[in-house]
Amino acid sequence: MITLADFMIVSAVLFCTGMFIIVSKKNSIQILIGVELMLNAAILNLVAFGKYDRINNSGQMFALFAIVLAAATTAVALAIILNVYKQYKTIDPDKIKQLKD
Amino acid sequence: MSIVQVLFYFMGLITLASALTVAISKNLVRSIFMFFITLFALAVLYVLALADFVAVTQIVIYVGGILVLILFAFMLSGKEALAAAQLQSNRFISLSNLPALLLALLFLVVMINVIFKADVSNLQWIKEANGVKNVIGSNESMINNIGINLMTRYLLPFEAISVLLMVALVGAAHLSRREGTRI
Repeated sequence: MITLADFMIVSAVLFCTGMFIIVSKKNSIQILIGVELMLNAAILNLVAFGKYDRINNSGQMFALFAIVLAAATTAVALAIILNVYKQYKTIDPDKIKQLKD
Repeated sequence: MSIVQVLFYFMGLITLASALTVAISKNLVRSIFMFFITLFALAVLYVLALADFVAVTQIVIYVGGILVLILFAFMLSGKEALAAAQLQSNRFISLSNLPALLLALLFLVVMINVIFKADVSNLQWIKEANGVKNVIGSNESMINNIGINLMTRYLLPFEAISVLLMVALVGAAHLSRREGTRI
């Protein structure tokens, strides 16, 4: 049998990888990928614990909601990234320093 | 060691290795396609956790939707972004990456400690679920049950998320509208 701790360890390593990407990368798209990795780590935990709720399916249900939320945030974030690129001609978040035009 | 366990360790290894490749590689295209592999391997892990519907949703939405969106954003953001990505130093352990590496490793140590201290397999509610046989078996499908639950018990979150998707759609369309073309 696969124990719950195995799933949680995989998800913890995935979460930390995502955090490393977010902190170290200099490209907004890669930072977005890091966010998605962290979200996936959370979803893996939800799914693993959802095995122990056969009647209500709460874990799997909220995993589905989290996936849909991730899709919505990605669409908006990519629209913002394209706008920032149009304005500044770069998507390095370190170089975007002013709010006004 | 059963074959399921072997498959789990193999897929977990693929997931973590491709995620680390995403973190290490300086080439943006390569990291996007490695992310693709991570998502597929995660879908297999969901199947091994007996959540087949979530796995299918993962493939349809993440691989079919989000990844294509990311690829489009990458292509639309042009040559300069690519040049900037190439300029980034490619060594994994360089001085500028050290704080990030330290943060991630410390966080990992804390989380692994918490997992082993918590002893998740012996939690109270999991024991109760095992006692009353409230556990998903490996030979039954949960899709019927998910559909029924979605329309009864989880109707309010379902409606809330549909409104939120609508708002996100309108917001994304508004943000990516071209300046000057007033319709």
